[in-house]
Amino acid sequence: MSGALTYTRYELLRTFRNRRFFILSLGFPLVLYFVIAGPNRNVHNLSGSGVSLPLYFMVGLASFGTMSAMLSSGARIASERAVGWNRQLRITPLQPRTYFRAKVLTAYAMALLSIALLYLAGASLGVSLSAGDWLEMTGLMLVGLIPFAALGIALGHMLTPDSIGPAMGGGVSLFALLGGTWFPLGNHGFLHDLAQFVPSYWLVQASHVALGGKPWSGTAWAVIAVWTAVLSSLAVRAYRRDTGRV
Amino acid sequence: MSEISLRGLVKSFKGPSGPIEAVRGVDIEIAVGETVALLGPNGAGKSTTIDMLLGLLEPDAGAVSVFGRTPSDAVAAGAVGGMLQTGSLIRDLTVRELVAMMAALYPAPLAIDEVLELTGTAEIAAQRTQKLSGGQTQRVRAAVALVSNPELLVLDEPTVAMDVEGRRAFWRVMREFAARGKTIVFATHYLEEADAYADRAVLMAHGRIVADGPTNEIKAMVGSRTLRATLPGVELDVLERLAGVSAAERRGEAVVLTCSDSDAAIRALLAAHSAARDIEIVAAGLEQAFVALTGEDAELPPGVARVDVGARGADLAR
Repeated sequence: MSGALTYTRYELLRTFRNRRFFILSLGFPLVLYFVIAGPNRNVHNLSGSGVSLPLYFMVGLASFGTMSAMLSSGARIASERAVGWNRQLRITPLQPRTYFRAKVLTAYAMALLSIALLYLAGASLGVSLSAGDWLEMTGLMLVGLIPFAALGIALGHMLTPDSIGPAMGGGVSLFALLGGTWFPLGNHGFLHDLAQFVPSYWLVQASHVALGGKPWSGTAWAVIAVWTAVLSSLAVRAYRRDTGRV
Repeated sequence: MSEISLRGLVKSFKGPSGPIEAVRGVDIEIAVGETVALLGPNGAGKSTTIDMLLGLLEPDAGAVSVFGRTPSDAVAAGAVGGMLQTGSLIRDLTVRELVAMMAALYPAPLAIDEVLELTGTAEIAAQRTQKLSGGQTQRVRAAVALVSNPELLVLDEPTVAMDVEGRRAFWRVMREFAARGKTIVFATHYLEEADAYADRAVLMAHGRIVADGPTNEIKAMVGSRTLRATLPGVELDVLERLAGVSAAERRGEAVVLTCSDSDAAIRALLAAHSAARDIEIVAAGLEQAFVALTGEDAELPPGVARVDVGARGADLAR
């Protein structure tokens, strides 16, 4: 048991020591946020959604940053595989459970940092919510990220370091677009209807805590559950198959 | 009583032109405490065999048993450690942290300091793994394999990237480890390495075992030497009758004598044909030995270097 903890601790340490990765993945969403929301801090009702622009984009960019954090665990896995480390781990008693947990935890640690920084940025632009709302919003985002944690692991075990860059960039862009990270998707129309089935949409919808009521419908929970189930089994399968030389 | 057994192993891979039969029926029984070399040229099936021994590959047919368990169960119990052929280290940890991380996964690891000392990595223990030289990386990989303190240590061509001194130091450590009653299986294409460090060598070619026995016997079997000399106008059958010569061939002005005893052969040659000049004696390459043993060419893929065992500047006539 303590072995698993030690392993996880070093995985975390490793992630935080990679300074370039660290600064870029935390800094980029933050810069984008100030560029978008800084000049528009007085828009109190974005496109009739009832949510202020600084709040909407705070959560929008938090979803962008956290999705990137989740998928970047895949990039780290891909580079570990490329140097044969994955095979080295397979001949140790490391349990798959411990391995997955360490990967998911490091991804979530990055995601939480990204969220915290964007909250600070949001507060500096006048976003103010009750303590309960901040907590609920954070909780929903963390739940909404579960499928992306699985996706990161799956991609990491299927792709090479060369191909995972474009896959991650493209994947995050697409999910961000369909989720409404860059602009609200409105209340009807094709994009809105499609977005209902995309987990990133519900990440961004977490900002609706400010409106009172429940930001997530039953559909939201079902969508997250289904994506989680599908992507987790994909991740497990990718991990199991991945014992050959890369 | 053999504690590790590989029985009837068969494995093929999909290739561009049909399946490639990497391993075609391998049987090896290994006793506890033995150090066994899997010896063979590139493409002989050594790495595939080792992957099956470690449970990284599922055989198409046959079975592997490690201390009475399946390879995955033995791995899960921490009974197996290894150093795989291709491999580097993950970055952003110090050498000590990396070794500690791996030690934490095993039930009865060696002490970190002991392993760092043993593998000569103590002085680089505080360095980050991405800042190491090639030789240092190899030593750290050895430390990672050793710290697990396994009953079975598997090494797949562990010294390929090492210089001569590094090689010597590496094997000194492994010998010490074997002396603790541990079982070591290693793959190599250096006959010298098998001869110096293994109790027993298993010769592989084309995915099959062509010989299996104590290393001195194997060495005698494959360790023939070739004498080459410029000597025009002498009949081959005359040369073949010389003491210590088992076969003779002509290559233009030169003759190539395959020797069972090269010392006797050169004395006899010079006594009978003092005109012989440009004399070279080299140890036969492993490939040549395999050709002799298997009676066919070693079918190396294009671009794969032939390895001449113990031959300095070996220019074996082809």
